[in-house]
Amino acid sequence: MMLYHDVLIVGGGLAGLRAAVGLCDKYDVGLLSKVYPIRSHSIAAQGGINAALANNPNAKDDTWEKHAFDTVKGSDYLADQDAAELMCQEAIKIVYEMEHWGCPFSRFPDGSIAQRPFGGAGYPRTCYSTDLTGHVLLNTLYERAVFKGVKVYPEWFVIALVNDGGQCHGVIAFDLKNGEIIPIRAKAILFATGGYGRVYFYSTNALINTGSGIGIAYKAGVPIKDMEFVQFHPTALIGTNILMTEACRGEGGYLTNKDGERFMKRYVPNAMELAPRDIVSRSIQTEIDEGRGLEHPLGKYINLDLRHLGAEKILAKLPGIRNICLDFIGIDPILEPIPIMPCQHYSMGGIDTNERCETDIKGFYGAGECACVSVHGANRLGGNSLLETIVFGKLASFAIDEYLQNGEIKLDERLLMSRKEEMEKKIHRLIHEGNEKPYTILSDLSKTMSSLVGIFRKKEELGQAVKNIGEVKERYKHVHVSSPKLHMNHELLNAIELEYMLEVAHTIALGAYLREESRGAHFRRDFNTRNDTDWLKHTIAKIGTDGEPVISSKKVVITKYQPMERKY
Amino acid sequence: MITASEYTFKILRYDVKEPETEPFFESYRIKVLPGLTVLAVLLRIRDEIDGTLSFRSSCRSAVCGSCAMVINGKIDLACRTQVVTFGSNTIILEPLPNFEIIKDLVVDMTPFWNMYEKVKPYLMRTSTDPDKEIEQSEEDRSRIDQVVNCILCACCYGACPVLSRDPEYAGPAALAKLERFVLDSRDERPASALDAVNNDRGVWGCDTILRCIDACPKDVRPTDSIVSLRKKLVKHKLFGKGIK
Repeated sequence: MMLYHDVLIVGGGLAGLRAAVGLCDKYDVGLLSKVYPIRSHSIAAQGGINAALANNPNAKDDTWEKHAFDTVKGSDYLADQDAAELMCQEAIKIVYEMEHWGCPFSRFPDGSIAQRPFGGAGYPRTCYSTDLTGHVLLNTLYERAVFKGVKVYPEWFVIALVNDGGQCHGVIAFDLKNGEIIPIRAKAILFATGGYGRVYFYSTNALINTGSGIGIAYKAGVPIKDMEFVQFHPTALIGTNILMTEACRGEGGYLTNKDGERFMKRYVPNAMELAPRDIVSRSIQTEIDEGRGLEHPLGKYINLDLRHLGAEKILAKLPGIRNICLDFIGIDPILEPIPIMPCQHYSMGGIDTNERCETDIKGFYGAGECACVSVHGANRLGGNSLLETIVFGKLASFAIDEYLQNGEIKLDERLLMSRKEEMEKKIHRLIHEGNEKPYTILSDLSKTMSSLVGIFRKKEELGQAVKNIGEVKERYKHVHVSSPKLHMNHELLNAIELEYMLEVAHTIALGAYLREESRGAHFRRDFNTRNDTDWLKHTIAKIGTDGEPVISSKKVVITKYQPMERKY
Repeated sequence: MITASEYTFKILRYDVKEPETEPFFESYRIKVLPGLTVLAVLLRIRDEIDGTLSFRSSCRSAVCGSCAMVINGKIDLACRTQVVTFGSNTIILEPLPNFEIIKDLVVDMTPFWNMYEKVKPYLMRTSTDPDKEIEQSEEDRSRIDQVVNCILCACCYGACPVLSRDPEYAGPAALAKLERFVLDSRDERPASALDAVNNDRGVWGCDTILRCIDACPKDVRPTDSIVSLRKKLVKHKLFGKGIK
């Protein structure tokens, strides 16, 4: 069996759904999702989506240009400025579009969409729906997809991308429910597969965020970009590492150490808790490292104190946060401070695309967190990730439409069949050979990443990480899956994805090892300043013929914002 | 010093592709630290003890709705249920009722999504959209807050006594979703849009014994939505009032 779609979208989160909605009236679109689309990680985003609507009485002179400047500055000047400008221009239209499609945004007294302050932004421009913004946006786009009759394949996942080096022909997919390996031909393919949080041991991400989409593209020869830039969120609950949204600080929450001191005054006296995430994360880690953190059986922590906001405000603006605290750590933030630590949160790097979501391979596109456009550069501002997913999901649909209109596209079925056979052999090997549990390898990998490729980095540690990753890659050759049944075999899914996670981790560690400067989220203790002379450039990783990554670089696009020292 | 206690997890095993093997409970003994959730234990069982076990999970933070199941007789999300909250060292896990089992704790959700789609779960408008936002007061928005919380986990669907005898009943989640749009000040659906549920397999099918409310992990109250829809339909029929 072989399936066909004009366009195949991989990923059922915000980017994938927005692209599907944009294309399904005109083309035969199929959307593959590893889970039911409504279970995608977009659902977990809490804080909000940035757009210069100028609705806030204190921000009547906000403009998309100011939003673009904040984004570029926040990125530590590594963002491509043309892409950042495009995103900020589109932001206003996108937020209105989502509202027209039913998104229940929180409102100001005049009935306009409410906006609140977020870190690194000069204006209160983050639109939100209490602290469930991702939930309402994903529901709205899924509702729109139902309205449009988008064809969804739930619980299907892609195990290989098929291309001939120049043009893409389809994917090899796996139907989890029936346990079948099925090639899908498609003239255009969009990966909107999300981030790679689970290559880290401490991560705010969903369990499904394995980054396999990035790894699959990389293994298929697509260049990937800026993988060393990993965002650590300052405030994740200790233990489960569930995210405590930046809106906690946007609404006025304090960070305090064991002496009850608002320590951000030592690091960023002007912005305090509303400094960008990279700076706040390093400040918290420093407090912990220097012995001013608190102790808990689940680990060392810092307090996120919301008590002074009062019960009414917490219930109105942060109800989801309160529920998470009650359910997962037995704390009511109305009465007690929340114990938090910084941990991996977001992948700035990903599949190398331009602002049209195009890659090096014709017919192959990337959007959302799995892609690196790059609008976030070295550090993403809160409220810009939801924005990126929907804007670039939409722009990908435009680019794909143009591509499909331009001439005949011939698809090579034999290439798909031979890749299918390779995948069948690989799965056979996973089931019938080896003795390593996939989880043991993943656990060793993720611990290496959290301990050696973390918030503070240095040469020896990064070198050790690259070495460790080489060793787990060797061990992967002996990985073994317990059950020969292919349907609903989640261990098999984990084992297949693990191969791609190893590649993703390798490019992160190697990129971090090579980049001898500190920029945004990438902080080297041994090179602790930004070095524009040598490093104002993107890192590009491409798989070599020997399977090892080959690193090169690419110019950063600068339009009107000249790099300057980043001060808050 | 926090110590781990030993628990026995009895988990229902079944494979739709091997119908000749009757469902049975398999026991796993495992040491659990206080604070761990049922999902965390399930993951450990699959990762370290038995890779053949099937269950769904995604967010592990009670927002995605993947891991709904029956835990010691109560329907809930495995990810938000702490193991120590049960006064016993035996935890029994079963798949959601009112669904066909595919494998172990994984059920076939297709009927649930079919019902969801049937109620036309999207904003319907006849007016032209403004260039900016459609204005809505915070008061109007907050009216839908509670229903908006629904994560479509199907806990309510599993708990519903009507569905256990009539699989064609639309079910609590779909009807709550319908009310979310009927209540939305921006929605302009005509009364006829409710025809599909104005029957015994729609809003009139509910037993109003509130099991869905009891089962909901997000404090949504589907029965209230159903009763509210009934009132609107009655007013519409008797007094010709709109459903909005």
